[in-house]
Amino acid sequence: MIGIIDYGMGNIHSVQKALENLGGKTFVTNKPQDIITCEKIVLPGVGAFSDAMQELEKSGMAAVIKQAIKEKKIFLGICLGMQLLFEASEEAGNTPGLGILKGRVKKFVAKKGLKVPQMGWNQLKIKDECLLLKGLSGNPYVYFCHSYYPDPADKRVIAASCDYGNNFAAVVCKDNLYAVQFHPEKSQAVGLKILKNFVNLC
Amino acid sequence: MLTKRIIPCLDIKENRVVKGVKFLALRDAGDPVEVAKAYDVQQADELVFLDITASFEKRKTLIDLVEAIATNIYMPFTVGGGIRDIADIRDLLNAGADKVSINSTAVRCPELIKDASAKFGSQCIVVAIDAKKATDHWEVFINGGRTPVDLNAVDWAKQAADLGAGEILLTSMDYDGTKDGFDLALTKAVADAVNIPVIASGGAGKLEHFYDVFTKAGADAGLAASIFHYQEYSVRQVKEYLRDKGVAVRL
Repeated sequence: MIGIIDYGMGNIHSVQKALENLGGKTFVTNKPQDIITCEKIVLPGVGAFSDAMQELEKSGMAAVIKQAIKEKKIFLGICLGMQLLFEASEEAGNTPGLGILKGRVKKFVAKKGLKVPQMGWNQLKIKDECLLLKGLSGNPYVYFCHSYYPDPADKRVIAASCDYGNNFAAVVCKDNLYAVQFHPEKSQAVGLKILKNFVNLC
Repeated sequence: MLTKRIIPCLDIKENRVVKGVKFLALRDAGDPVEVAKAYDVQQADELVFLDITASFEKRKTLIDLVEAIATNIYMPFTVGGGIRDIADIRDLLNAGADKVSINSTAVRCPELIKDASAKFGSQCIVVAIDAKKATDHWEVFINGGRTPVDLNAVDWAKQAADLGAGEILLTSMDYDGTKDGFDLALTKAVADAVNIPVIASGGAGKLEHFYDVFTKAGADAGLAASIFHYQEYSVRQVKEYLRDKGVAVRL
């Protein structure tokens, strides 16, 4: 069973619908005790980093996420759900995150030719054999919509990067922990392939 | 490299896709869910869904229809029309919209841009501007193009960006539905003034119009309705044309 964490941060139906259509059995919950029993966990989310952290802390979900990842449960963070895994974000001061991955979330610096947010389809540069990206080749296009990007301290966790002002970490893989800065549920065939890989992970 | 986006726009009235000329003379262009699915197959880069009667008749955007469309497509999706407050935005995002487009209310209450972008993130707050040429500037209109407000479109775009808008959806009322090409001067003036993406809208009729708005006016995305709805060109044809001319597009 795939547990999708609902913490009031944006639309989670798209992720759920995509996973279900790909054969995944899912349920959406805001209860930490439900998440503990899942084999796989998805942390989606869009919106403000500090609000999201507050919600996760308040509900007790933050502790459960840390425990699940420590127990090597298969975990997927999407967009804000990826950023929250890091130690802190430049968004709203220097808000602390879950601190599961070392490194910080930084803001793109707008300049001539570099608009912020990055909005649209950009290419992945796949660096590493990562089961989440299995079967993808070349530099596939995925949909990004973000003003902040994660900067992992340990570059070895970066499975794919994307070029926008700098080469930032678009996909992170570490043991059973996977995270993507783009929206696979909005990335048509390429995104569905990635989610299918997630459904097939065991 | 980040590509230029081609965005079909679904103007919705009473649960049907419609298209008009200069905001009037509406014609039926199909069932919204079927039209949305067809664009997903064509690999459109995004969809924009505007409930064009919502603001005028003061009714809320049709949440059920948004859900039905979102259930059937795997691409990003913006919804606008009749948005009045944070609760409206939350309802639309929860119904499956990835972004919301705010027009009249943003003009009447610019604070909403600030509050909404703080709450949901700039990336999902699109400010739509309907502009019409005045003597020496472009004037902003609200209520579906019915009401002029004493606001310069370029200044308003800058203010919206400063307040936290993540994108500007810029429609030329003079060019809308004419198929004479985008308003390059208007688009360039706004694109040069802000550091957030600008979607150019109004006037697309030929393939070269997209090329012009990307290369001469600095637009990040081109939005069109009639040429796609009536199958004059497919999204793919537009992209292939652009690619052959050296514009980065997703194919």
